[in-house]
Amino acid sequence: MKVGIVSYGTYIPIYRIKVEEIARVWGESAEAIKSGLGIYQKSVPDVDEDTATISVEAAREAVYRANIDPKDIGAIYVGSESHPYAVKPTATIVGEALGVGNDFFSADLEFACKAGTAGMQMCIGFVKSGMIRYGLAIGADTSQSKPGDALEYSAAAGGAAFVIGKDPIAVIEETYSFTSDTPDFWRRELQPYPSHGGRFTGLPAYFRHVTSAARGLMEKTGLNAQDFDYAVFHQPNAKFPVRVAKMLGFTNEQIKPGLLVPYIGNTYSGSSILGLAAILDVAKPGDRILLVSFGSGAGSDAFSIIVTDTIENFERNPSVWDKIEKGVFIDYGMYLKHRGKIRM
Amino acid sequence: MLPRFWRKIKYRYDLVGSYCENCQSFFYPPRNLCPHCRRRSKIKEVPFNGKGKVLSYTVVHDAPEEYKDEKPYVIALIELENGVKVLSQLVCDPKEVEIGMEVKKAFRKYGEDGASGIIYYGTKFVPASHF
Ligand SMILES: [Zn+2]
Repeated sequence: MKVGIVSYGTYIPIYRIKVEEIARVWGESAEAIKSGLGIYQKSVPDVDEDTATISVEAAREAVYRANIDPKDIGAIYVGSESHPYAVKPTATIVGEALGVGNDFFSADLEFACKAGTAGMQMCIGFVKSGMIRYGLAIGADTSQSKPGDALEYSAAAGGAAFVIGKDPIAVIEETYSFTSDTPDFWRRELQPYPSHGGRFTGLPAYFRHVTSAARGLMEKTGLNAQDFDYAVFHQPNAKFPVRVAKMLGFTNEQIKPGLLVPYIGNTYSGSSILGLAAILDVAKPGDRILLVSFGSGAGSDAFSIIVTDTIENFERNPSVWDKIEKGVFIDYGMYLKHRGKIRM
Repeated sequence: MLPRFWRKIKYRYDLVGSYCENCQSFFYPPRNLCPHCRRRSKIKEVPFNGKGKVLSYTVVHDAPEEYKDEKPYVIALIELENGVKVLSQLVCDPKEVEIGMEVKKAFRKYGEDGASGIIYYGTKFVPASHF
């Protein structure tokens, strides 16, 4: 039975702030940050946007493009580390706004930046078991960073939604996850900003989990890097995904269409799946795509995805890159107001 | 505020209005009875596609306390493709708005009951050129 992505939708807030503008305020070298992180600018949500509004907009585009009755959606999972409520699921707001009705499986998921792909795996299981017809998996964030912290150059906002079902535009042929207890990044209850383990975020966290998940998936499927037309990895900055691609034997051409972080920053739960959406925007029938997410704490979900003929009649405009190019630049003062960091 | 908002949630979260099958009129907010047909009303609930254009607008500079962080903001009279007129916040730079501008619905925050209260969401509009 062919189960996979029936449709997808994306949302990136229209505002952007440049690295130069943040560096100006904190007296740092923009050039050093740009060459260190490979990030030039990031997306910023409007004052009336949050993870729920981003989730609804991405999901509306996905449902519209799928041309399905929202009532046929049997599960909604929203993955985020910035749910608007500590207790009251974002998925309930999405279900109401989409007119899904009341009979659907649902929960909010939290696994740092990989909660969106975890939702995709749950939907695949539900559809394969025959319990639902379509599942909606969303990854969205409006990630916060302490003013002046290194994360301020990358913590961005955006999200993507995937309708999972049969007769897909892209079959998910296999998925594999790698998980361990690794304290690279965390946020305790009631704390407004996350903490991170500094250098600990690289080798034992990101690189170990992404390579282990990718290699585990390739072993399970008998595939190697040359068998994939595209690859997309979680993008906390531009350096990590480029380096991990090289470690796994992928070329820069394979990752280029999905490498969004230089222009929108790290959208956390939206990061790797917005990259996947950008690849699906240009992919042709028969193309094979590797997707590997990463969530601190830590874990990675890897997917092997094959594009089908159905994609040729699927609405893919406006594309993710169209949305990236739409940016309106704001200064640091406006940025603080947008992120609710000014106490009144 | 909470129960009143919650009962209308479906119509705020999306542009769900009503349609009279007897005289082919659309209404938003939805009505139970068609004002033209009265007893002959045949009312059905329908979702609107959310595309429209600006008929008129005003820029609010003197905002109430809870909307202070959004000022100056635009309130526009919008005509939807089915002829229904709605008054809504149009989220854009006041310099960007003009009469006849094409707009589309957007799901946004209306406000919240303080830091520990409920968050209110609903439909606003944005320029159609914003993806
Ligand atoms: Zn009538």
